[in-house]
Amino acid sequence: MKILVPVKRVVDYNVKIRVKADGSGVELANVKMSMNPFDEISVEEALRLKEAGKAAEVVVVSIGPAKAEETLRTALAMGADRAVLIETDDAVEPLAVAKILKGVAEAEQPGLIIVGKQAIDDDSNQTGQMLSALLGWAQGTFASKIELGDGSAKVTREVDGGLQTIEIKLPAVVTTDLRLNEPRYASLPNIMKAKKKPLDKKTPGDFGVDTAPRLKVLKTEEPSGRKAGVKVKSVAELVEKLKSEAGVL
Amino acid sequence: MAILLLADHDNAHLSDQTAKALTAATKIGSDVHILVAGAGARAAAEQAAKLAGASKVLVAEDASLENNLAEPLAALIVSLAGSYDTIVAAATSVGKNVLPRVAALLDVAQVSEIVEVVAPDTFKRPIYAGNAIQTVQSTDAKKVITVRTASFAAASEGGSAAIETVAAAADPGLSTHVGDALSSSDRPELTSAKIIISGGRALGSAEKFKEVILPVADKLGAAVGASRAAVDAGYAPNDWQVGQTGKVVAPQLYIACGISGAIQHLAGMKDSKVIVAINKDEEAPIFQVADYGLVADLFEALPELEKAL
Repeated sequence: MKILVPVKRVVDYNVKIRVKADGSGVELANVKMSMNPFDEISVEEALRLKEAGKAAEVVVVSIGPAKAEETLRTALAMGADRAVLIETDDAVEPLAVAKILKGVAEAEQPGLIIVGKQAIDDDSNQTGQMLSALLGWAQGTFASKIELGDGSAKVTREVDGGLQTIEIKLPAVVTTDLRLNEPRYASLPNIMKAKKKPLDKKTPGDFGVDTAPRLKVLKTEEPSGRKAGVKVKSVAELVEKLKSEAGVL
Repeated sequence: MAILLLADHDNAHLSDQTAKALTAATKIGSDVHILVAGAGARAAAEQAAKLAGASKVLVAEDASLENNLAEPLAALIVSLAGSYDTIVAAATSVGKNVLPRVAALLDVAQVSEIVEVVAPDTFKRPIYAGNAIQTVQSTDAKKVITVRTASFAAASEGGSAAIETVAAAADPGLSTHVGDALSSSDRPELTSAKIIISGGRALGSAEKFKEVILPVADKLGAAVGASRAAVDAGYAPNDWQVGQTGKVVAPQLYIACGISGAIQHLAGMKDSKVIVAINKDEEAPIFQVADYGLVADLFEALPELEKAL
């Protein structure tokens, strides 16, 4: 079975982002970029399934600018076999991403697609569910455990208040949550080897997908900031202030 | 045209998240119908009918709808979508699971986790874990929206909407429910807790974390959170993690203990109403967002706090 893993190049999770003064967006020039953390978990899970003999090939795909090749090379260095870069400089919304990925899935015929539950830039949490809908496949979102069976998979999902386990027919789309695994670091020899692994380049047009946005971004602004409050001298003073001043106890 | 609001419930009880999402829905338009999809969900439907602001409650009951599986639930919503120009759900694990599927089947974009309704087609939503707020206008004929419920007050009771039965859609038969393992803890869950007490790396060990944080949590009836550093160090389980890569919370009171205040943690808790920081290091960045700061040794301050409550 082949596993397809989409990965996104995003601002590194340790970077404090800056909103542009003119409200036109977030400053992305000269900012450290990395693979979306949930996508690292997806790559790791696919590799573990391959290492356990449950998958034959792991193909990673990214939709983004030419530099997204670096993100794909990271996935290849972790151990993925092959990469596809769908190059575009436009901001592509989740629905269009899902439509392009549907095209990739139809070409690659994977048995499983593992998608990060959300990207930490736009925080949409939509792509996996949309892809599953467009393909007419089952979805297992927010997975903390994936057990592949014969023609089906058992997925344990992180839901409000605990865990839910469902069984889904394959092929399916699974989206990953934090507890699924801890992604490996790529070793230096593997980073060197990854440079020679195959990477195909395509465009959204190759899949007949119109990436024109459906949402018009009118403004991007800083959240209303918090100011530092007061220092209290003792636990007794703290409790008193929480009761009488803040009214939260 | 009317607005369809997907109710969050466990068949017996309607979640308070629905009352909050209803407030957001009524800011978009006045004719809001609440959809209760489940099996044996009459009780939840009756609770929904009492919410002020709902003009109608639709109940769809079928075995396939008992456990909120995405495929049959999405099929049901799509079958009803013709009569609505806006479809709304709370951004709970159910809403987040099913609504993007609905949006894709309707070929429209989804607006995720709105925190403010600017106009019926224009919304504010956080991006970068709340470090920026985007105002977006939907250009689709139908709008599909999830609501960050922490940003909206719950609709009050006092309504008496009519309850109508609607048919379930054909089950696509792609998934089955195996079982639930819901937290047996008496503590509230992180994302809906009114009070959260979180520990950081300064706790030093899993034993110390339990020893000093949990008694205060029990006394307050609080949920327990942790920083990524504490989780990475193995002091607390991963599902306690608050932050950009963990849970985003906005309780009435957030008590950060031994947490320095890394960007990634602040992103997950800075919308809390009142923030208390207890830290030995008076230079810790957490004090810059705290309403009340106490520079103290945790291992003395927390037991003292427990006694004072």
